[in-house]
Amino acid sequence: MSAVQSTTPTTRKTALNAVHRQMGAKMVDFNGWDMPVEYPSAGGIIAEHNAVRNGVGIFDVSHMGDIRLQGPEALAAVQHISMNDASRLAIGQAQYSALLYPQGTFVDDVIVHRLGEDDYLLVINAGTREKDVNWVRDNTRQFACKVEDLSDDFTQIAIQGPQGVNLLQKLTDANLSAVKFYWVTRGTVCGLKNILIARTGYTAEDGFEIYVPSDEATSARVWNQVLEAGKEFGVIPCGLGARNTLRLEGALSLYGHEISDTINVWEAGLDRFCKMDKPDFVGRAALEKAKTAGLQRTLIGLEMIERGIARDGYKVFDHDGREIGYVTSGSYAPFLKKNIALAYVPPEFATLGSTMKVECRSQGVKAQVVPIPFYKRPKKQA
Amino acid sequence: MPYPADYKYTKEHEWIKIDGNNATVGITDHAQESLGDIVFVELPKPGAEITAGKTFGSVESVKAVSDLYAPASGTVTEVNGDLATAPEKINKDAHASWMLKLKLKDPNELNGLLSAADYEKFVAEEGG
Repeated sequence: MSAVQSTTPTTRKTALNAVHRQMGAKMVDFNGWDMPVEYPSAGGIIAEHNAVRNGVGIFDVSHMGDIRLQGPEALAAVQHISMNDASRLAIGQAQYSALLYPQGTFVDDVIVHRLGEDDYLLVINAGTREKDVNWVRDNTRQFACKVEDLSDDFTQIAIQGPQGVNLLQKLTDANLSAVKFYWVTRGTVCGLKNILIARTGYTAEDGFEIYVPSDEATSARVWNQVLEAGKEFGVIPCGLGARNTLRLEGALSLYGHEISDTINVWEAGLDRFCKMDKPDFVGRAALEKAKTAGLQRTLIGLEMIERGIARDGYKVFDHDGREIGYVTSGSYAPFLKKNIALAYVPPEFATLGSTMKVECRSQGVKAQVVPIPFYKRPKKQA
Repeated sequence: MPYPADYKYTKEHEWIKIDGNNATVGITDHAQESLGDIVFVELPKPGAEITAGKTFGSVESVKAVSDLYAPASGTVTEVNGDLATAPEKINKDAHASWMLKLKLKDPNELNGLLSAADYEKFVAEEGG
């Protein structure tokens, strides 16, 4: 695998790093973090991916960041920097959103959690931790609100899949059946009091994320207890490899791929998370202008219909051999058993069913535009 | 997993089994383990000429693309069609999952290849 050039002088580790290595995980550098990409002893990426789709898998996502905003003007502060409408959040509710630059492009995507009356938690990407913290501080100074970087305070474990709720219920006194998707609660987890439990995730499945203290001993204990409790459900540890294939099947954006500081909200197709009718927010004016100007490019889903795997960065061509765009993320999809990709192309090429070619290692391979998400989890009967 | 003593090996983790002027080629167990789940194999067609040390195709896992390097020069006589639909067979038994059969151009080329013992040592030193 290719070595990734890291801009950080030393590689960072989560509190569970030794545990992953003990389990024989294949490690990789992810944005300056030494993270497990897959666990051969668990069966590898495909087994991990399908465990999440069919049962339950767990992930160490402690590398992600956490910013807490508290104070009488915390909501106003969040509303100013976040494109979704946080005023719609009840206490205990969460929403997907993004922080935007004045140009209407992405600083980062984020999940906004309302923890209390004037208490919000933003969970942000690992690769953009420092940038986001600085951005939030710099753009909320005018509000009566305290901004805290809690990123190093938590070990964040994601418990994902249809059996995730049953697994976690064994370890907590919180009534998880009362927690709807994209809501949070607090409870005792593995004997630890007042633990934040969020019914959120990045896998396009039901699941939870728990935030436990980040000391190594506690983190290892909780991780192992979760694995133990999950044995009856076939739980396995899952790495960033499966995390990527799972989110790709669900067409969930990854910063630096579908969203970045050169891509705007409309191009990325994230309109429904951007509330233009709420009070002014950073990026709003540029987005108004962009809407009037019209789309130059749009994000589409592709399914390979000839032999070949479209991968990140591969170029997209029309049938006359003209380069029209590029793949933002592409891979073999382990549950769908197809080769899929997300790509940016001009809107006239975005018609469902139309075909184009992806340059896969100097070969033009035919692909078809398909609806996204590629995968939607089955609706449970109430 | 023991490396078959009657195979020869390259530092790029291919194996080659010689049978007179013909040979069979595949990738080693170490290669499949490093790659993880193999999901795609690109091989030349029968009749194609391949050159020792040059790429003749590729193998892809979920995360990565890896070039395949020819252990010897020759003409491809047969390609394992199974691998187009079931590339995971390589993960299950890399030393039994042949990729292609070759009519060798110059059997002397094989003198520079590694024995099973040398390859095993090479892999251990590589830290694989």
